[in-house]
Amino acid sequence: MSKAKILTKGFFKENPSLILVLGMCPTLAVTTSVNNALGMGAATTFVLLMSNMIISALKNIIPDKVRIPCFIVIIATFVSMIDLIIQGFLPALSESLGVFIPLIVVNCIVLGRAEAFASKNTVFDSLLDGLGMGIGFTISLVLVAAVREILGAGSFMGMQFIPSHYNILLFVLAPGAFIVLGFVMAAVRQIVNKVEAKRKAKAVCAK
Amino acid sequence: MEYILMIIGAVLVNNIILVQFLGICPFLGVSSKVNTAAGMGVAVIFVMALATLVTSALQKYVLVPLNITFLQTIVFILVIASLVQMVEIMLKKLSPSLYKALGVYLPLITTNCAVLGIAIKVTEQPLIAAHGFSVIDSTIYAVAIAIGFTLAIVIFAGLREQMELVDVPKGMKGVPIALITAGILAMAFMGFQNLV
Repeated sequence: MSKAKILTKGFFKENPSLILVLGMCPTLAVTTSVNNALGMGAATTFVLLMSNMIISALKNIIPDKVRIPCFIVIIATFVSMIDLIIQGFLPALSESLGVFIPLIVVNCIVLGRAEAFASKNTVFDSLLDGLGMGIGFTISLVLVAAVREILGAGSFMGMQFIPSHYNILLFVLAPGAFIVLGFVMAAVRQIVNKVEAKRKAKAVCAK
Repeated sequence: MEYILMIIGAVLVNNIILVQFLGICPFLGVSSKVNTAAGMGVAVIFVMALATLVTSALQKYVLVPLNITFLQTIVFILVIASLVQMVEIMLKKLSPSLYKALGVYLPLITTNCAVLGIAIKVTEQPLIAAHGFSVIDSTIYAVAIAIGFTLAIVIFAGLREQMELVDVPKGMKGVPIALITAGILAMAFMGFQNLV
C-alpha cells in the first residue's frame, strides 16, 4: 500500500465512525457544537498518533499473550496526558466534553488501530495511519456537529446566523443526535459506494 | 425516599444510553434479538455493580488519601479489565451454567464505555448531597444505571426484530435506520424528563 493511501483511507473509504461504526459514543455525545467536535477530534487524533507510534515501536518487545493490557496502559497514559493538558489550558472545553475525554481510553478506534495496524507495521506507516484515522474521525464529528448546530442552535462555530426564534431545539437534544447521525451515515455510505462503483468501472475499462 | 428518587432518576430520567450516550457499541452490536439483548443486560448489571464497588472503594481509600487522583483513568481501566477477566475465569469454574449464559458477553464488556464512564462519573459529585461520596450509594446507583441499560437495549431489540420485515431504502439499511429508530426511542424517554 502506498504512503498516501495509508493516510487517506481513513478519511472516507474506511472512515472509522461512519463506515466501520467504531467510537459511536463520542460521535453522539460531543456533537452539540462544531467547536466541541473539533476539540474532541483533536484530542482523539493526538492519542491515536502517539499510541500508534509507541505501540509499533515496541511491537517486538511486547509479549503476544499480554498485548491487550499493554496497549491499554499505553493508551491510558496518553489519554491522562491530554486530559490534564485540556483541563489546564482549555477549561471551557474540558467542561463541555466532561467524562468523554477520559473515555477516549475505551474508544474502540484507538485500540482497534493498535491491534489491526500498529502491532504489524513500521513506525512511520503507523503514524500515517493514526493521523489519517484521526482526521477521518474529526471529519465525521464535524459533519454531524455542523448539521446539529445549524438546525438546533442556528449557529456555526458559535456564530449565530438564524434567529433563536426559528431554532429546532430537538436537534441539540439527545434524540437529534441519533437521528442526524443516522441520516449523515446513510448519505456518506451512499456517496462512498457510488464513487467506489465508478472507480471500479473505470479500472475495468482501462484494462 | 432519597434512594427511590435516585434509582428512578438513574433508570428513566438519565438513561445511560438514550440520554447520556454511554455504551452505544453493545446497544447497536448485540440488539438484533431480544434474548441476546437480555443476556447482555444481565451481564452488564453484574459487572457494573462489581466494578463500581471496587473502583469507588479504591477512589475513597487509596487515590484520594494518597493524593494521586490524576492516575484515576489508568487505575480504573486496569481494574475493570482485570475484574472482567477474573469474573470470567471464576464463573467458568464455579457456575458453568451461568458461564454458558453470560460467557460470550463478558469479554465485550471491557470495551463497554458505560462501565468506565459510570465509575468515573460517580466520583465527580456526591449522588446524595447529605452523604458525600459513599461507596454504597455509588454501587446502588451503578445497579440502577445498569437496569436502565437493560431496559433500553431490550426495548430496542424488540423494535429491531420487527424492523427486519420492513422494506428500507438501500443506503439506510443496517446501522443508519437503527440509529433513527433509537432517536425516536430517545424522544419517548424525553417524556420522563421532569419526573424527578
